[in-house]
Amino acid sequence: MYLRNDSQPQGSRLSLRVAVAGGIGVVLFAVLFFRLWNLQVLSGDEYLAEAQNNRTREIKVIAPRGDILDRNGDILVDNRTSLALQLNTSKLPEDPAEEKAELVRLGEMAHMSLRKVRRTIAEEEEVAAGAPVTLRRDVGFELIAYVEENQEEFPGVTVERVFVRHYPDGTRAAHVVGSVGEIDKDELKEPEFKGLEPGDEVGKAGVEYSYDKFLRGDPGHTRIQVNALGEPTPGGQLVSEPPTPGSNLKLTIDGDVQAAGEGGLGARGLPGAFISMNIDNGEILAMGSNPTFDPSELIEPSQAQVNQLYRDPVLAPLVNRATESAYPTGSIFKIITALAALENGQITPDTVVQDNGLIEVGTQKFENAGGVAHGAVELRRALQVSSDVYFYLLGLDMWKTNELQEWAHKLGIGRPAGLDLPEEGESLLPDKEWRNQLYAEGLTDRPWSAGDNIQLATGQGDLQTNPLQMALGYAALGNGGKIPAPHVGLEVEDAAGRVLKEFEFEPQRKIHIDPGYRTAILEGLHAAAQEGDGTAAGVFGGFPIEIAGKTGTAQRPGHGDQSWFAALSPYPNPRIVTIATVEEGGFGAESAAPVVLDILEAIYDKQASEVGTAGGAE
Amino acid sequence: MNTYATRTRNSRPEPFAVHVGLGERLGLAHMDWPLTIAAVALIAFSVFTLGQATQNDVPGDPNYFLERQAIYALLGIVGMVVLTRIDYSRFRELRVGIYTFLCATVTLVFFFGFAARGSRRAFELPFFSFQPSELGKLLLVLALAGFVIDGARRGSEIQRSVRYLCLGLAPAGLVFLQPDLGTSLVYVVATLAVMYFGGVPWTHFAVIGGALVALVALVLVVAPAVGTPILKGYQEERLTSFLNPDEHQNGAGYQQNQSVIATGAGQLTGRGDKATQTRLDFVPERHTDFIFAVIGERYGFMGAAFVLSLYALLFWRALRITTLSKNSYGTLVAGGIAVALLFQTFVNVGMNLGIMPITGIPLPLMSYGGSSVLATFLAIGVLQSINVQAHLSQKGRFAW
Repeated sequence: MYLRNDSQPQGSRLSLRVAVAGGIGVVLFAVLFFRLWNLQVLSGDEYLAEAQNNRTREIKVIAPRGDILDRNGDILVDNRTSLALQLNTSKLPEDPAEEKAELVRLGEMAHMSLRKVRRTIAEEEEVAAGAPVTLRRDVGFELIAYVEENQEEFPGVTVERVFVRHYPDGTRAAHVVGSVGEIDKDELKEPEFKGLEPGDEVGKAGVEYSYDKFLRGDPGHTRIQVNALGEPTPGGQLVSEPPTPGSNLKLTIDGDVQAAGEGGLGARGLPGAFISMNIDNGEILAMGSNPTFDPSELIEPSQAQVNQLYRDPVLAPLVNRATESAYPTGSIFKIITALAALENGQITPDTVVQDNGLIEVGTQKFENAGGVAHGAVELRRALQVSSDVYFYLLGLDMWKTNELQEWAHKLGIGRPAGLDLPEEGESLLPDKEWRNQLYAEGLTDRPWSAGDNIQLATGQGDLQTNPLQMALGYAALGNGGKIPAPHVGLEVEDAAGRVLKEFEFEPQRKIHIDPGYRTAILEGLHAAAQEGDGTAAGVFGGFPIEIAGKTGTAQRPGHGDQSWFAALSPYPNPRIVTIATVEEGGFGAESAAPVVLDILEAIYDKQASEVGTAGGAE
Repeated sequence: MNTYATRTRNSRPEPFAVHVGLGERLGLAHMDWPLTIAAVALIAFSVFTLGQATQNDVPGDPNYFLERQAIYALLGIVGMVVLTRIDYSRFRELRVGIYTFLCATVTLVFFFGFAARGSRRAFELPFFSFQPSELGKLLLVLALAGFVIDGARRGSEIQRSVRYLCLGLAPAGLVFLQPDLGTSLVYVVATLAVMYFGGVPWTHFAVIGGALVALVALVLVVAPAVGTPILKGYQEERLTSFLNPDEHQNGAGYQQNQSVIATGAGQLTGRGDKATQTRLDFVPERHTDFIFAVIGERYGFMGAAFVLSLYALLFWRALRITTLSKNSYGTLVAGGIAVALLFQTFVNVGMNLGIMPITGIPLPLMSYGGSSVLATFLAIGVLQSINVQAHLSQKGRFAW
């Protein structure tokens, strides 16, 4: 203790203490100088960038998607502007009770439960933290007016103009055009969606999906200066780059033909599908499936709509039965059996077979439909009256070889059709190897047998295919051996209608079909459709355009007979294949053929005579 | 004036005449001029910065903070000059009165103070709100130094240390309860500084240091764990968030993070009017606690380092005066003031640079605020008085 009462402090001890205090001061100032140097000079660039990033917000200006047009230029899908209710969560009241109250009020307006509001916020925050949360698209004007008049009750709530897909004809070509939706987390990682951000809208189905990159367009950007609260500051618009709207997509679909098909199929009131395709270039003129849906319902579906659209496994309206179904085809398959047998020398067009109404193979009996005996038939007659026995025998002849399957495969059955839509279903062309494999694995009770091939010869048994695949087979028959690439995309246009890109779809492959065999089969089909006691003469007898057509009546386990009809028109030099099928529609001529007739009438713009309309015996 | 007249009338000065100039009369002659210059330069920089950076803060009155800070500065400088003329040793005699006044004013704010942000710290006066705890820093040093000198021969060393601690911690505790954590920490540091220069043995400081560590552990770790937190939630968060700012991005760490970004963005030469961080409200409390970030962003390393240098000069001159003092009381007072200024500067600048917790300690002579500016100038006035008295007693010895 150096201190004496009010005396001079003792020098040396005080000096030490002052020196220590000074030393501490030096160290502390050195720390501050060093930190300052480090922050401002060594890392200044980073902090400057952070400050710049801090003060600017990039506001994305959404680009409208391109329109989807039919081949005549009529609009199938365009956009309308709509109002979306958005919420800036950072501006919600801090008090939890107040926040809850606001969310409840919002939920009431948007017809959402509090739980759903919170879930929506949580989901959107997860993908894009800090961005405004879209609570509900497509809200009504009266709601907007209410929110704007009562702004103080809804802090953070804004109304944004957004583009919403608009379908002027409701359900028209719904399965072809498909739908759009917000990009999901998995899609964000895919290269084709590079540059997109959470919340962006992309195609989810149909051509909206497969031609997304043309339809999508590029968003514009506006950079604005904001303050710490994220509010724009005066004069703070820095850069503005307008959005580039998506290009228009013209489809091969002909709206009139499509409407006829949908009308005809819809009139049956049963599930089914139709397809009409140019056999030379694969352009699909019409394609539809029943039951169908209105794509606008997918934008903000109600619970009832969700149940109906997504949760009904039997009617499944979102399934495109023209491409995603798995049906036996019945007798329309017979052209494939005929081609296989002819090309492999089993028969000639003039080989005569005695049809006694049934054949017996081992213990099994295979009968004609209705047990009718057609007597002596050659190929044309067999096709005209749809003699099953004739084709049973061909199936029997080929049961040990793979010839029937090879031809079916060549003609496009049981393999991907290469359609330019994401919706293509699984299919099955049963053969020896397949069944024996199942048998080896104990999944079935018997190996491949003659009966299996006999069934396949008439489009029955384990065959599972769809109208699109059958259309490819008929197309190859009609054009002499080209398997076209089926497609619905025709060209990309700008807003003024100038063509930006034409899609080229070369035939997928060519197969050799003897012209004589082709002619013989077409003659048989023509007779079936329009001559005497042909199976569909009742429907097409009075149709002024000559066609070749084949009815089919498929027995489907657990269902009533499924009606099929396949037509090549015009006869004898066909350009278009048209196929329709109606689940539980009975005989081919009963329900599928009239649908095809409706489509052909639209194509050729001709009215059938009274005979035609009488054909639809329901 | 007569002396000058006398001087001119005579052809040469009388051998033993004592010439008393105006400077001498005002006490300015023996002022420590580097100290004065540092203090005036700092307050000038403060007024200048406030004028540039707070133009849009008060709608319709772009010079609100500038004008007020300028008035406080003038009052402060006058107060400093007045104190320079007064013999600080008088305060030693008044120690009991000063101490009583200190405790009374920091207590009265509980009853008559106005509440701002959950804290009662200041009296609302017609011209400005007076925060007694700011002046209290100086009063505590003046009174405690007196008690230390007075009690130097009473009791054992331990008894004396305990007595000084209690005398210092009582007002510190009152301020802590206002609640004003930052200022109460300044009180504690000033108390320790006076004891340090008063010659309290090193071993006592070791014990006090150990007790402080234990106290921090108790307050931050043990007390919350057993369910009786001593600090309010925001206080604790502010104290600890600087340790992991990323975790508190949107909470307490936000302010500090923005302050660090602002300072860093200033780079070497500053962003001037493009200082968006501070201009667009990203940095909070930019006229008070975070004014150093404003300087850092607007004037860059050059400006900030210049300001830091002025504080270093201030501290050096204050510390130097401890060695010049004519008596121990002056040494203790100067030491207490010097260390308190160092502590406030380091904690505030460190907080702005993200290396110290947010404690709400203003930057002396830089942060906007009448009480702080006045109290700091008065403290510097006391330092000047010690310097002047040292010279007048002709006992000024060697100093660096």
